[in-house]
Order: sequence, then structure tokens, then C-alpha cells
Amino acid sequence: MKMTGADMLVKSIKDEGVEIMFGYPGGVLLHFYDSLFNSGIKHVLTRHEQAAAHAADGYARATGRVGVCMATSGPGATNLVTGIATAQMDSVPLVAFTGQVPTNMIGGDAFQEADIIGITRPITKHSYLLQKADDIPRVVQEAFHLAGTGRPGPVVIDLPKDVLVEEGKYSFRENAEIRGYKPKLDGHPGQIKKVLSELKKSSRPVIYAGGGVVISEATEEIVAFAEKHQIPTTTTLLGLGGFPGNHPLHLGMLGMHGTYQANMTIHESDLILAIGARFDDRVTGNVEKFAPNARIVHIDIDPSAISKNIEVHVPVVGDVKRVMTVLNEMDKDAKTTHNAIRGKWLDRVNAWGKERPLTYDREGPTIKPQYVVEKLSELTPDDAIITTEVGQNQMWVAQFYRFNKPRTLLSSGGLGTMGYGFPAAMGAQFAYPDRLVVDVAGDGSIQMNIQELATVAQHNLPVKIVVLNNCFLGMVRQWQELFFQRRYSSTCLISNPDFVKVAEAFGVKGIRIENKVDVESGLAEAIEHPGPVLVDCMVDREEGVYPMVPAGAASSEMIFGPEKKEEKKLKAVK
Amino acid sequence: MRHTISVTVENRFGVLSRVAGLFSGRGFNIESLCVGATVDPEVSRMTIVTRGDDRITEQVTKQLRKLVDVIKVADLTETSFVDREILLAKISATEKNKAEILRINEIFRGRIVDISPNTYTFEITGDEGKIDAFMKLIRPFGVKEIVRSGKIAVSREM
Ligand SMILES: Cc1ncc(C[n+]2csc(CCOP(=O)(O)OP(=O)(O)O)c2C)c(N)n1
Repeated sequence: MKMTGADMLVKSIKDEGVEIMFGYPGGVLLHFYDSLFNSGIKHVLTRHEQAAAHAADGYARATGRVGVCMATSGPGATNLVTGIATAQMDSVPLVAFTGQVPTNMIGGDAFQEADIIGITRPITKHSYLLQKADDIPRVVQEAFHLAGTGRPGPVVIDLPKDVLVEEGKYSFRENAEIRGYKPKLDGHPGQIKKVLSELKKSSRPVIYAGGGVVISEATEEIVAFAEKHQIPTTTTLLGLGGFPGNHPLHLGMLGMHGTYQANMTIHESDLILAIGARFDDRVTGNVEKFAPNARIVHIDIDPSAISKNIEVHVPVVGDVKRVMTVLNEMDKDAKTTHNAIRGKWLDRVNAWGKERPLTYDREGPTIKPQYVVEKLSELTPDDAIITTEVGQNQMWVAQFYRFNKPRTLLSSGGLGTMGYGFPAAMGAQFAYPDRLVVDVAGDGSIQMNIQELATVAQHNLPVKIVVLNNCFLGMVRQWQELFFQRRYSSTCLISNPDFVKVAEAFGVKGIRIENKVDVESGLAEAIEHPGPVLVDCMVDREEGVYPMVPAGAASSEMIFGPEKKEEKKLKAVK
Repeated sequence: MRHTISVTVENRFGVLSRVAGLFSGRGFNIESLCVGATVDPEVSRMTIVTRGDDRITEQVTKQLRKLVDVIKVADLTETSFVDREILLAKISATEKNKAEILRINEIFRGRIVDISPNTYTFEITGDEGKIDAFMKLIRPFGVKEIVRSGKIAVSREM
């Protein structure tokens, strides 16, 4: 049966099981949007294409399914770019459809033409420029397969207008075999064995778990392994929730703003089991000084992640869950290593935890942002989904919110995209209408996609936004404080709008919190409100994020705040 | 160190830009790159000569393998292989030096592919060393134009 390209596209998207997509129409997409009307696929009109990409990303991270977004040619497509790059850096499965001028006009600088395939080539897992309607089913199938399998990532499909208008024949293939694409899922048994022999030789092991643990849903397997061998475990920002935050073996996040305990444990370890992590520079600090005495085991699905930044001694390429399952199986009859040696190591690890726990001034009269996050953590259930913007707000969430379940923290780690959190929260909320979804924001970041208040108002989507309002681009200000003599060049946001009024103008409830005593009740009120809420929380303006590993330092060389500068370069206590 | 990498790819548009972009985007250097058809019309072969230490080359090959349109990657440098390049050289010739130029060409088993009243154009095939040696000898006579193809390579059967 002959169908138009637009109808075929809608059918193909449906065949992939897509229930919701986020997008913004335009001239070249008129036929598609017409076919979409009454198709049964829910389409959410965001108020900016960037938000459509982030919403699809938030949906994908919260569910593990492929997120779908769409934008028209030219400026619509280029507005998606930040969202696509964000997804690429954090391995988020995303299919982004872009409109394109008709094939016979491509390359002629036509109205609203942009070479989006060229523009997004370095920030996608793969991309397609459709040539004819007949190709639509195959390309859509391949795109979803590529986006969602192996190391996930964004795939762009560029849709010239004439391809959507012309007629073609719909055909469905049982599987989307791609000759050049065979992700290696099963780890090499010989390599997996080596992991166990490394562990046997080690007296000071640590697990460093990254976003790959969450993506491959390997929490159970890793907890079992860590428990059996009593291995202290730290996670990256994207790994938070991948190992329960309330587990006694959990050390919190490592890296630039990681806990003292996690960074010291990594630094002093003799074996690092890196699982679904990629040795990002925010984690390692100065690679020359990273974990000087450690052997490194690296389990990851992406062969190119192995030995990219840090030389790895035992690589295991494969899906984390599968590898860990085999590892646990091989290990079944082996004795646990929970012996005197391990006890001694854990004593040291625990001592670091007691020596310098995460802390802040709990007594003072001002609202400390950490206090707000801590209260939020107390008031929200384990299955609440927390998104963040970027900057101090993000780091305080990582430090002071306790993530006990995977896929409950959605945050732009690799790209560090301000403006991510709010639209990502919308995506998560559409996926789980009954769960609590909160975006913890900075007053700078929230203004990057604040127009989405219109979207949540339209759908009465009960997303909560908590703005930690310091009237600064706080994280940049903190660096200026530490390294540029407090010359606050272009970081002061004293002319912020009245966020409560802004929210109200969009038809969203606004709450302002100005006193410490009102924090708990204000947050509780927001949580209980059935619709969307923006909470504008006036926090201590010059509070900093600590500990901090300054650029170029080893992870053991943390600073703990400006008033404690004399303690700079605090070394390991033996 | 120099590496000769043989890459089989889907014969589709955009593949070359993906491969080239991978190199430029990661700061890897390409010394030469040749693309041509294979017996299978849907598949092309690229021969890429790149320079870098072992770690960089390992990254290059891993990143190439990651491209969806790339079917196979082989670093020929690790094996035994044959490589060839073609040189087209347009050389100024005078009555006086003509004989000498032709003699050099003959020694290198070159072919004359074009003649004009005061130029010869030679075609020389060989490995890089041979081409370099020819260039060195012919240069003093006055090179009008030189075009090198870049290297193609194939592994030896053991
Ligand atoms: C799109 C984008 N632009 C610029 C930056 C650089 N940047 C990182 S953190 C930050 C400040 C964020 O300020 P705010 O949202 O108020 O959060 P705070 O740090 O105060 O919590 C800036 C400008 C960025 N990460 N993303």
C-alpha cells in the first residue's frame, strides 16, 4: 500500500512503541504534523526546541527508553544542538527529527536551510539524511536501534520536505541489522577471571561506579559484589543512585566536589574497579597524580573509553550488567575476602568519613543552600526524581541529597548544560505522572529555559522547581572568589526578576522563602500542591561548594573553604 | 610513529566527512587518505596514513570502529603489507637536459603520459621511498607541477 512519507514516519514512530514526543513545528514539517494529529502519539509543544531535546532526554534518563524530539529546519534544528550534545556526552538514547528543505534545494542556501547533519556530526552517535520515502521505515528502525543499544546516544534524522510529501511503500523488517554496528555485550571470560585475581591480590580495593551502572541497570549485581567482598564504593555524578546512597559501603561522590572520604579512598587504594565510568577530568583531577599506587580494572561497553584518559591494566569490554552477572557467577564459590586485611582498610576508609564529613554552617541565621537540599531530601520519597541545573545547585544536590534508587537523579554531567534541569523534569514527569519530580535550580540557570513554565501550565504538569537564589552565577562567582580576588566580573544577577511573579504570570504557583524557619514548610507546601510550583528560595549569597579539588591538584589535595585555607593540601592521615 | 590503516566502509555519502571529522575533531593527524571502490559496490576502502604514538593510534582505530558506517579497521603497520603511491610529475625539459631526464625516468620505470614542446609528464608508481628518491633526482631540472596520490595498501598473504 502506498502512503505519504509523513504517514510512514508516523507509523514507523508508532511501531517503535513511542508514546510521547517533544517538539516544535514549522514550515517544512506541516505534512508531518498533520499526519501526527489524531495519530495517538502524544506530542508536547515545548516553548523552545532546546527544551524539547532536554525533555526527551529527561524522559529517556528516567525510563531507560528512547526519547524523541522534533524541530523544523534551520533555526529549529540548530536550537536542538545543545540538547543533542548534552545527550551525547551523557550517553542518553535520543532520536531527534529535524525538518529540512526539499532535496532539490539542499545546498542552495534556501530559506531556513541549515546543514544539521554536518553541524551535529561530532555530537551524535549517528545521523541520517533521508533521500526517499521508501527509506523511512528502515532508517527509523535503525535509528532507534542505534540510539538505545550498546553505549546509547543521540541519532539525528533529517527529513527533507519532499520526502515527507511523496508516496512510498511501507515495509517493516524484523530486525535492524547494521553491518558496521555490533556492540560487544558479553565480556571476555578470561578478562573477567583476571578481575577476580586482581581483587585477590588487593588489600585496598575501591569500586568507582559511573553512569554506565545506571544505564545498564546493574545496581543489584554491583551491590552484591561490593557486599560480598566488602568493597567501599564511590560513584560519579551520573552514577549517583546506581549504588544506594544509604548503603554503609557508599562513600558519596568522588572528584572535584566529591567527599573527602571518596577522594582519599581512591587516592590511597591499590585497586580501582571502574565500572561504567570514563575517568572524566572532573573525577581524576590531575591524571599524573591520580591514584598513584592503584592497579586499574575497567569494565565498560565502549572499547574507546578504555585507556583513553588513564592507562588501564585489566580492561573488560561488555555490558556492565552482563559482565557483573558473570563475575558474580564465577565468584560464587570463592571465599569472601572479608578478612583482617579488608577490615583494616575499611577502618581507614571509615576514619576518613568521620574526619571530614560533608558539612556547612548549620547554626547561622541565613538560609544555607545545603540546608534546603538536605530538607528536600528528608521530605521526598526514595522514588522522587530530582533534576538539577548546572553550577553550585547541582553540586549541592550531589552532595546533600541522598539518592537511593537508580534513575532518580537527572543532571547534565558531561556537557554541564545550564537550562537542562527544568525541561528534563518535564520529560520525567510526563513519563511518571504520579511521582514527585523536582528541579533544583540556580537563579541563573532557570532563566535559560524559564519559558517552559507555559508548557507545565498548559498540561498542569506538577513539576516543582526549587530555585536556590543567590543572585549570582554562583559557581563562576566561587572561582572568582578563590582565584580572581573576588572580582565578580559579570556574575552578579542582582537584577533578577521576581520569580514568584514570573511564575504567577504563567499561571504557575509561586512560593518565596526568605527565612530559615520557613524552608521546611515552604518545601512541604510545594510538594503537596497538586500542580506545578516554583519555589524562590533566597539563600546565603556567597556560600561555596566544598570540598574542592582545585585544577591541577591530586584528588587528595582538597580545599575546604576560604576560611580554612591554611589547611590546603591536607594529606592522607595514616 | 607512522601507521597505515585500512578501513572498509559503507559506500554512502557522508562517510568521508565522518572519518575526516573524527580525525580533526580529536586532533589526530592525517598524512594521506585514499578512497576507492572494492569488489562489492556497496563497500569502499580507505587507506589512511596517520602519525602518532601507540596510544593515539589505538584511540584512532577504536574511534573508527565506533563509526556506524565503518565495517572493518585494520592497522596494517602491525602486519606485513604492500603499499603503493602514484606520482604525476610535470618536468621542464630543454634540449640539453632532455636525455638525462628521460634516463632517470627509465631507471625508475616511469611512463611518459604527456609531452609538450618543453615539458614531460611522468607517471611513477612505487612505494614512498621510490617516489621520494625520484623527486629528489628530478627536482633540480625544474618541476612545474607535482601530484601525489597518497598511499594505498594491502596486507600480504602469509
Ligand atoms: C549554557 C551554559 N552557559 C554557561 C555555563 C558556565 N557556568 C557554569 S556554572 C555557571 C553559573 C550557574 O549559575 P546559577 O544557575 O545561578 O547556579 P549556582 O551556581 O548559583 O547554583 C555558569 C555560568 C554553563 N555551564 N552552561
